[in-house]
Amino acid sequence: MRVPMSWLRDIVDLPAGVSAREVAERLVSVGLEVETVDHVGGDLAGPLVIGRVLTFVEEEHSNGKTVRWCRIDVGEHNESGADGVPDGRGIVCGARNFAQGDLVVVALPGAVLPGGFAIAARKTYGHVSDGMICSPSELGVGDDHDGIWILPKDVGTPGADAVGALGLRDDVLDIAVTPDRGYALSMRGVARETAAAFGLGFVDLAQRPEAEASDSWPVEVHDGLGCDRFVMRAVSGLDTTAVSPLWMQQRLRLAGMRPISLAVDITNYVMLETGQPLHAYDRTRLTGPIVVRRARPGEKLRTLDDSVRHVDVDDLLITDGSGPIGIAGVMGGASTEIDQDSTEIVIEAAHFDPPTIARSARRHKLPSEASRRFARGVDDALQEAAAERAVTLLADLGGAAIVAGRTVVAQPSASTVIDFDPQTASRLVGVDFSDAEVVGYLQQIGCNVATGLAGLVEVSVPSWRPDLAVPADLVEEVVRLHGYQHIPSELPPAPVSSGLTLGQRLRRRVGVVLAGSGYVEVQSYPFLSPQVHDAMGLPVNDPRRNALVLANPLSDQEPELRTSLLPGLFATMRRNVGRGAEHLALFEMGLVYRPEPGDRHPHPPRPVVDRRPTEDELEAIAGLLPRQPQRVAVVLSGERERSGWWGTGRLATWGDAIEAAHAVAGACGAELTVVADDHAPWHPGRCAALVVDGTLVGHAGELHPEVVSGFGLPERAAAMELDLDLLAPAVEVRTAGPRFSTYPVAKEDLALVVDEAVPSADVAAALLRGGGELVESVRLFDVYSGQQVGTGKRSLAFALRLRAPDHTLTPDEVAVARDGAVAEAGREMGATLRA
Amino acid sequence: MSAPNSSFDPVEVTPLHPEQVQIAVDDALAAVAAADDLEVLKEVRLAHAGDRSPLALANREIGALPPQARAEAGQRIGAARSQVRAALEARQETLHRQRDARVLVEERVDVTAPWDVRPRGARHPLTTLQDRIADLFIGMGYEVAEGPEVEAEWFNFDALNMPPAHPAREMTDTFFIDSPDSGVVMRTHTSPVQVRTMLTETPPICVICPGRTFRTDELDATHTPVFSQVEGLVVDRGITMAHLKGTLDHFASAMFGEGIGTRLRPSYFPFTEPSAELDLECFVCRGDSVGNPDRPCRTCSSEGWIEWGGCGMVNPKVLIACGIDPDQFSGFAFGMGIERTLMFRHGVEDMRDMVEGDVRFTVPFGLEV
Repeated sequence: MRVPMSWLRDIVDLPAGVSAREVAERLVSVGLEVETVDHVGGDLAGPLVIGRVLTFVEEEHSNGKTVRWCRIDVGEHNESGADGVPDGRGIVCGARNFAQGDLVVVALPGAVLPGGFAIAARKTYGHVSDGMICSPSELGVGDDHDGIWILPKDVGTPGADAVGALGLRDDVLDIAVTPDRGYALSMRGVARETAAAFGLGFVDLAQRPEAEASDSWPVEVHDGLGCDRFVMRAVSGLDTTAVSPLWMQQRLRLAGMRPISLAVDITNYVMLETGQPLHAYDRTRLTGPIVVRRARPGEKLRTLDDSVRHVDVDDLLITDGSGPIGIAGVMGGASTEIDQDSTEIVIEAAHFDPPTIARSARRHKLPSEASRRFARGVDDALQEAAAERAVTLLADLGGAAIVAGRTVVAQPSASTVIDFDPQTASRLVGVDFSDAEVVGYLQQIGCNVATGLAGLVEVSVPSWRPDLAVPADLVEEVVRLHGYQHIPSELPPAPVSSGLTLGQRLRRRVGVVLAGSGYVEVQSYPFLSPQVHDAMGLPVNDPRRNALVLANPLSDQEPELRTSLLPGLFATMRRNVGRGAEHLALFEMGLVYRPEPGDRHPHPPRPVVDRRPTEDELEAIAGLLPRQPQRVAVVLSGERERSGWWGTGRLATWGDAIEAAHAVAGACGAELTVVADDHAPWHPGRCAALVVDGTLVGHAGELHPEVVSGFGLPERAAAMELDLDLLAPAVEVRTAGPRFSTYPVAKEDLALVVDEAVPSADVAAALLRGGGELVESVRLFDVYSGQQVGTGKRSLAFALRLRAPDHTLTPDEVAVARDGAVAEAGREMGATLRA
Repeated sequence: MSAPNSSFDPVEVTPLHPEQVQIAVDDALAAVAAADDLEVLKEVRLAHAGDRSPLALANREIGALPPQARAEAGQRIGAARSQVRAALEARQETLHRQRDARVLVEERVDVTAPWDVRPRGARHPLTTLQDRIADLFIGMGYEVAEGPEVEAEWFNFDALNMPPAHPAREMTDTFFIDSPDSGVVMRTHTSPVQVRTMLTETPPICVICPGRTFRTDELDATHTPVFSQVEGLVVDRGITMAHLKGTLDHFASAMFGEGIGTRLRPSYFPFTEPSAELDLECFVCRGDSVGNPDRPCRTCSSEGWIEWGGCGMVNPKVLIACGIDPDQFSGFAFGMGIERTLMFRHGVEDMRDMVEGDVRFTVPFGLEV
C-alpha cells in the first residue's frame, strides 16, 4: 500500500512539523511495515511550468520518425517571436497525443528531471528545441509512457509553476501489509493507525447511508457462504467527456495506479480510500437479475483483460441472464464492462469469503488490487458507504444523476465479541498492565469494551478487524500500542537438558573425523535431472531410479529429488575442477528421499486442527512420507598425499574411499566388513560392499570409467556412500574396558600363495581362525604376483602377532599356532606356503 | 722383557725412577690435551695408556725391584696411570660433547619448507555455525529436535494455523511433491518440527530445531532455494514475551558480541500471536547512516537495523492442534536463517558461495566458526 503523505494529512490532523520519516517510524513501531519512504519529485528542479500549445507542425524525417515542431506559450518565460511567430518557445516533441490549445508541462532549459536528467536547449531535427514537453513518467509520476501529459483546463495559466500546481512533490510511504491487516490496504486504515500512533483523534468518513426504499438492480445470492453482502447503486447520464480531476489522478499515480477514465478512476480511488473494491457495470449491457453462485462444470467467460477463462466449480461467479459476467472479487467480464461511452453505470460493492477469493486469484493467476483486499478480509460493514461514496463522486465530478434505490442483499452479520480477561495481557507479555490501560488500547483501535462477568470484559471487535478472534489477538493489539520496546528482557527458568542425542553426537563426530582426514564438507541441492540415473549407470530396476518428483521444480531440467548423495557431490567436484582445483576430497552429509514404488495418495489425510489429531490420523499422515535416510558420502580425485620437495605423493584410490568408510564406521563405533561387489556407479572390479553385522550399509571404491567421463570427473575418481541410520547403533554401546597381556609378543611372517580371485580378507580371516586364541592380530603387509608364483596366482604376505595371556610363549606353542593358521588357510582358501 | 729378580740391576729399572715416571706422565697429558678429535684421542690412549705405553712397560719392571722397593714404585706408577686415565676420560667426554653438538648443527634442516603431505579438510561453516548455536542453547537447557525434510502439508501448514487458501501460504513459495494436492511438500520452514515435538512431548518443552528448508526462490546473492533455519520453541506455564526477548538478546550477544542492540517490531505470522520481527542494530554503521545521506550504509540500506528473524508467542490455535491446553500453558517461538547469520557474522557477501561447494570458501573455516 502506497500512502501519499498529502492524502494522509487530509484525513489525520498531523502537526505540520512531523516528517514522513517520523510517521514511518511510528507506524513501524505499531506494526505496519513501512518498507521505504519515497521522496517523489524530490530531485525535480525548475523551471518546470505550465504551457499552452499555440501551434505545431508535423514533420516527417528521413529516419521514418514524425515529430512535432511546436510553439508553446509559457507566460513570463516566453521569448518574442518573429515573422508572425507568436511569443513563446519552440520545442520539438516526439509525441502526438495533444491538440492546439492543450495545457502541458514544459521543462525549460535549466530544469532537472528525475534521475538527474538536465534540460538544455539543443539542436534536433533541424530546430533548436528550447525545452521539453513532459510525459507523466518523465516527471517521475507513474509509469505512463504513452504520451505527454495533457492537463485539465483549469489547472492554471501558462508560465505558472507546475510542481506546486500538479502536486509533483510528495512523500509516499510504501507499506508491506501483512496478511492479517487487510484494513491497512486503505487510507482509512492507515489513517486510523497513524492517529492511534500519534494519539490524535480520528473521524471515520465511511458512514452507512440511510436506507433506500427500492432496489437499484435485482440481485440473488445463491451462495451465502461465498458472498454475505452484495450492494448495488446506480447513476444515470454520466458526462462522457468529463475527466478525473488532477488531484485524483495524482493520488492514483502516487498510489501506483494509472488514471484511465473518470468512472474507473472513481472506483479505484474509493477502493484506495476505503479499502472496499468496487466494480462498475454498464447498466445497458446487463441482462436480467444478477445471480451470485458457484461456477458450473464447463463454464467460461471472457474477462476484461480479454482472455477466455475456464472457471472451476470452486470459483464464485457473478452472472446475469447472459451467463457469467465476472469472477467474484477477482476480475469482471468483458461483456458488461464500462467504456468511454457508458453513461448508465451500476456500482457493485460486495463482501466475499476470503479463502474463496484467494483460491480463485491463485487458480487464475490474477492477483489484482481487488483480490488482494478480499483475500485478506474487507470490512463487512463498508459496502453501502463505499458505493455511496462512488456514486456521489460520479455525480459531483461527472454530472451524473444518482438513481433512487439501493440493492442490499445481506446475511445477518454478528459482530465478534471476545470474553477477555484484561490481565491475560500482563501474563502473556510479562508487563504489569492495569485493566484500564488494556481497555484504553482496545478502544483506540475501535473496539467496544463492556464490563462482563467475573472480572472479564466483553470486547466487541470492529467490523474492519476480522483478524481479531481470540484473546491472544487482543493481547497483540495491546502490546503493539504499548510499544514492543517496553517489554523487559529476562531469561526463562532453565529446564534440565540431556544434551545431544546419540545420533546427533555421532553425526557431528563423523563430520569432524572426515574433516580431520582432509575431506572438505559441501552442501549440494537435492534437485536432480532424471538423466542422472543413466549417467550413474543404474540398472533399469534399480530402486534409486524411483525418485520423488516436484510438481513445481525451479528448473524443468531438474524435477527429481536425490536418492543418493553422489550425483550432487560429482557436480560439486566437477565445478571445483573447472575452477582449477586439482586434488579434491569432498564429503556431504544429508538426507536422501526414497519413496516406495506406488507411494501415491490421491486423498491425503488432513485432520481438523481444533483438537489434537488421533493416533490413527497421525499414522495416516506419516504414511504419506517417504523414507528419508541420513547419508554420508565422499568423493576424491588427484593426490591423496601430495607430491612435494620430499618426493612423489600418492594418488587417491579406491582404498582411500574404503578408508573413509572405516573412519566413519569407527566414529560410530561400528566394525565394517568389506566384501567385493559390483554395484553402480562403481568400477565392477574395484567396488566394495560395506557390511555391518550382516547388514549392507553402503559401498566404496573407484568409480566406473563411464561414470567418470559422464560426469566430467578426473580419471580414477573414487567415492563412498554410507547409510548413517543403518550404521549408527540404535542405543549406545558401552565399550568394555579392554584387558591385555603384558607377556612378550611372538612375531611370525608367512607368505601364502593363493588363486588371484581369493580375497585377502578371507585368507586373513582363515589365519585368525586357524591360529587359535594365541593369535593377537593378522596383517597383510605385502602382495606379489609374477613369475615366481605362477600365472593366476598371487602371494600374500602376512605378519602374525601371537601372545598368551598368562605366560611367555614357547617356540613349540608358536609353531603349533602358526601351523594351525596355515592349515586352515590351506583348507579353506587353497593357500600354500610360498617356497 | 724383565727376567725374574734374581739379581738387581739398577739400569734395568730406570723407567721406575720418579723423574722418568713424571716425564711419561707429562708426555701423556700433553698428548691428551693436544688431541682434538675422538680418533686422535684413540691413538693417544693407545700410546699412553695402552699395553705398550711407557707407564705400562714401567709397571712390568716393578717385579725387578727388590721387595722393599716394590710398594713404593707400585704406588708411584699406579698414581701416574690413574692421572693419565682421568685425563683421557675427561678429554673423551669433552670431545664427545663437541662432536654431538657438531652433529646437531650439521643435521639442521629448513623447517620453513612446506610440509603439506596430508590435505587440510574442513566442515561447512553452516554446519559448524548450526552446531555452535545448538551448543549455546543446550547450555540454556534446550534439546535439539529434528524432522523430515519432505513433510506432510498438515505439519508444515495446517497445524501452524495456515489452513488451505490462507493468505500466508502465498508468503512462502512451496515446492510440492507430485502435485499441489498430494498433501506432501518440501518443508518451507523448520516449524513442522515444533509441531512434531509438541505432539510427542509434554511441557515443559524447550527445543531448538535446526535444519534445511526449501522455497521456490531462484538462487542469487541473497536468496537460495535450499537454506537452513534454526527455530526455538519453549512451552511451559507462565512463559512470557519478556522471556522471548531475554532469550533473543542472549542469542544475539552470543552470535554478534556483547552489547549488540536488538529490536522487536510488531509483525504477523500465522503461528504466533503476538508476533514480532527481530532486528539487529546494524553492526556496520551502528545507526550512523540513518538520515545521513552523506554516509549511506549498504548493509542496512541506511535504516540502522537489519532483519534477523521472526518470533512471537505460540498461537493458541497451534497449541490446541498439538493437544496442549492454552489456558494452562503458553510458549514462545523464534526462527532465523543460518545463511543470513553467517553472512552477518562473517561478512560473507554472496550467498552463492555457501551453496556452490567451492573448497576455497569452506577450507578457511576449518573445524569451527
